[in-house]
Amino acid sequence: MKDPAPADFATEDEPRPGRARKPLGWSMITIGVLVAVSATLVWRRDGISGVLEILTRDLSLFGGILPRVLAGCLLGAFIAEILPHEKVSRSLGPESGLKGLLIGTAFGAILPGGPFTAYPVASALLAVGADFGATIAMVVSWTLIGYGRAVAWELPIMGTEFTLWRIVISLPLPVLAGALGRFVYVRMYPKKQDEPS
Amino acid sequence: MSAALLIDILLWGSVAAVGFIAFRRGKQVMTASLREGTFDFINIVPRIALGVIGSGYIAAVIPQEVITGWLGPQSGWLGVATAVIAGAATPGGPVVGFSIGAVALRSGGGAPQVLAYVIAWALFAFQRVLLWEIPFMPARFVWFRAAVSVPFPFLAAAIAMAIGKP
Repeated sequence: MKDPAPADFATEDEPRPGRARKPLGWSMITIGVLVAVSATLVWRRDGISGVLEILTRDLSLFGGILPRVLAGCLLGAFIAEILPHEKVSRSLGPESGLKGLLIGTAFGAILPGGPFTAYPVASALLAVGADFGATIAMVVSWTLIGYGRAVAWELPIMGTEFTLWRIVISLPLPVLAGALGRFVYVRMYPKKQDEPS
Repeated sequence: MSAALLIDILLWGSVAAVGFIAFRRGKQVMTASLREGTFDFINIVPRIALGVIGSGYIAAVIPQEVITGWLGPQSGWLGVATAVIAGAATPGGPVVGFSIGAVALRSGGGAPQVLAYVIAWALFAFQRVLLWEIPFMPARFVWFRAAVSVPFPFLAAAIAMAIGKP
């Protein structure tokens, strides 16, 4: 039986190799429980008005983030589609050496947007042949030397001197984290290297 | 406000640029990616909704003073270690994390300890890991990434102690 327009979540739709969509897992259950407990505590402390106040603030936050999440998902999907697999696994794969870690670091540092872009794009890179090391370098670089959060939040709150020194000290960390990741990975999974999880 | 606008422009500009490349490769490539991206979006929205709408409650029951207390008087490596744990335990978004760091810096916290706090928060803040990283990435990668990152707030603190900055 075929529905012409499936209104449901598109889970049955031809799965893309290497990037399966996950069912709601334990991480969501953890968050859900945490939220429920916290909301109950807020209700007992501040009453229903306290609960509603936080709810309206977070709803507007959510509304503001939503378009960016869409942009991040599209960016990840386009990148997964247009990057040639052989080229990615050559320049970001397990054999890419220091150069691969540096490319990952540079990529993470220039990537625009927030978590809504960094993680979909990192996931796309993993799917098209980057190894854990280069992807770790990218994620760590985005989080530590990416300009988005530093310009928008850190500079105004922490001040220029602290922020600049924090970034300077962070510069070597993505490459080191990626190298450590590779070092551990080949020892933890010696046989699984060419087999996607 | 203008920084947010700039980021939005950069973000959608990048989407347009890679979309254009996909379009040049052929219409099918573009529609396939559009479909993939949209399905990813639909799939991710309930998780983001739960996390973002719920995060205010989590932040409300772990008050900032608790975290600031952990960043308190201890100095040296014990202080760095508490700072790392405090960074991982900090709920909420960047405003909360950096504000706590700024308060700690002003109220006499050591610079290497605050640096370790900010870096640990950037690397491990539990809410970001659970809410953003795990939904988008393979869980095995996320735990591996987090485990491998553990030494680096300490390394950053060591560098800060060695050069006497910030």
